[in-house]
Amino acid sequence: MKVTIDGITIDVPKGTTILQAARMIGPEVAPPTMCYYSSLKTSGGYCRTCIVKVTQGSAANPNPMPKPVASCRTEVMDGMVVENVTNNDVLEARKGVVEFLLINHPLDCPVCDQAGECHLQDLGYEHGLATTRYEFPRREFDKIDIGKYIKLHMTRCILCYRCVKVADQLTDKRVHGVIHRGDAAEISTYIENVIENDFSGNVIDVCPVGALTDKTFRFKTRVWFTKPVEASRECKKCTGRVRLWYKGDEILRVTGRKDQWGEVEDFICNECRFEKKKTSDWKIEGPTNVNRHSVISQNHYNNLNELKLQVLKQQKALGFIQIDKRP
Amino acid sequence: MQLTNRKVVVSHKELSFAERMYLPAVAKGMAITLSHLFKKSPTIDYPKKTRPMSATYRGRHVLKRDENGAERCVACGMCAVACPAEAITIVAAERKKGEEHLYREEKYASSFEINMLRCIFCGLCEDACPKEAIFLTDRLVDAEFEREDFIYGKEKLVEKIDKRIDITKRQTQAVLDFKKIPGLRHNTLFDPKKQVKH
Repeated sequence: MKVTIDGITIDVPKGTTILQAARMIGPEVAPPTMCYYSSLKTSGGYCRTCIVKVTQGSAANPNPMPKPVASCRTEVMDGMVVENVTNNDVLEARKGVVEFLLINHPLDCPVCDQAGECHLQDLGYEHGLATTRYEFPRREFDKIDIGKYIKLHMTRCILCYRCVKVADQLTDKRVHGVIHRGDAAEISTYIENVIENDFSGNVIDVCPVGALTDKTFRFKTRVWFTKPVEASRECKKCTGRVRLWYKGDEILRVTGRKDQWGEVEDFICNECRFEKKKTSDWKIEGPTNVNRHSVISQNHYNNLNELKLQVLKQQKALGFIQIDKRP
Repeated sequence: MQLTNRKVVVSHKELSFAERMYLPAVAKGMAITLSHLFKKSPTIDYPKKTRPMSATYRGRHVLKRDENGAERCVACGMCAVACPAEAITIVAAERKKGEEHLYREEKYASSFEINMLRCIFCGLCEDACPKEAIFLTDRLVDAEFEREDFIYGKEKLVEKIDKRIDITKRQTQAVLDFKKIPGLRHNTLFDPKKQVKH
């Protein structure tokens, strides 16, 4: 099936969603997502961040769809024409969505551990406003300990349901879900039940904001002062392929390896995540390739060299590189 | 090439008797010395007297407390990452129950160090701070005998509760306007009693 997104045509198999097709083209046209997670079934459709405009439904029926559609839940049709960043209405609508997501979200990025790798922070920066129009008190909750490793701070939650899907699909006994409805909805365990499952730690990785945090890493440092390294170990429960976050010689945190969409490649077990915090536990594969625009690459000199190389390459391409005449 | 007319050719002729007595030269020297007693001194009697200083002078830092006397710094690390000289080191800690009067928010800096020898007093930390916690002041960094003494910890940086440091003149109009927006948690004083439980 042929689908055109922002003027770029791509052939995709039947059953592909617009979002997946856009991701196949590349990050320039892929809509941002807050709730969709490719490795979790039935995720998506809650946050409305990925809305796009379909200007031509299909080759057979060239009428446009009347409203912007959620690209993570809409399957492509042959000859469909989709506009994402090229359509101003889509960007305006997305700006509205971001404003809604931020209505109850506290302005505590300086305190939050997720800052620096937070998808809502990126989204707010790219689409949102620098100020708020909301003048009412935001909803606040007490922090809850879910087991000895995970802390839930509902105040920051945007109800993306990703953690619920993890609890549903990765763990054998689900004790964690969303209670109440609408504005009063909140993530909860059943009467403060403790999640004791080997894969429960993955709710931290899938959380797009700082609502579910790692208690072993809590307030230790900001993410941009740590250095990510790819590592692995033999593990009976999971693949053991992880990312270690170093500060000096100390491993402060272990997470799954996230790809360019911010989704973990392999879900890892709690033993790898919380209990193996010595370098001798791991086989180091090499430094993580961090985008040089990311705050995580701050103060890391290997990225500075990369930057220098890129500048050099650009200068060469433009033809004003100086030839070194020294013998 | 002659640049000025002040060139004097050195003569090696023998001094006369009067010149060898040096008395006129001594008298001339004494006259110059005495004349300085009646001139205005170009130096001042520091530290008893100080020169006027701009209110926005970038000198020694202060870590501010809020209206209740709680420390404003939340150890977010923005100043440390903005610092071009890498002079700031922060260790964060979590506020415990009963410490609400000491620290404004749930996280605070258990250690906040500025190496005054590394610091270039550029003021980027002040610009980066989202909590209006760190400001440069018109005070100077004292001279010390040991290099270690230039690493200022919290005991030297945090303002004394009974000896507040006025920084209102440093705040720009944009910041003051931002503080007027109602409903921003940033602007309202933290009150643990007001926490709503759904």
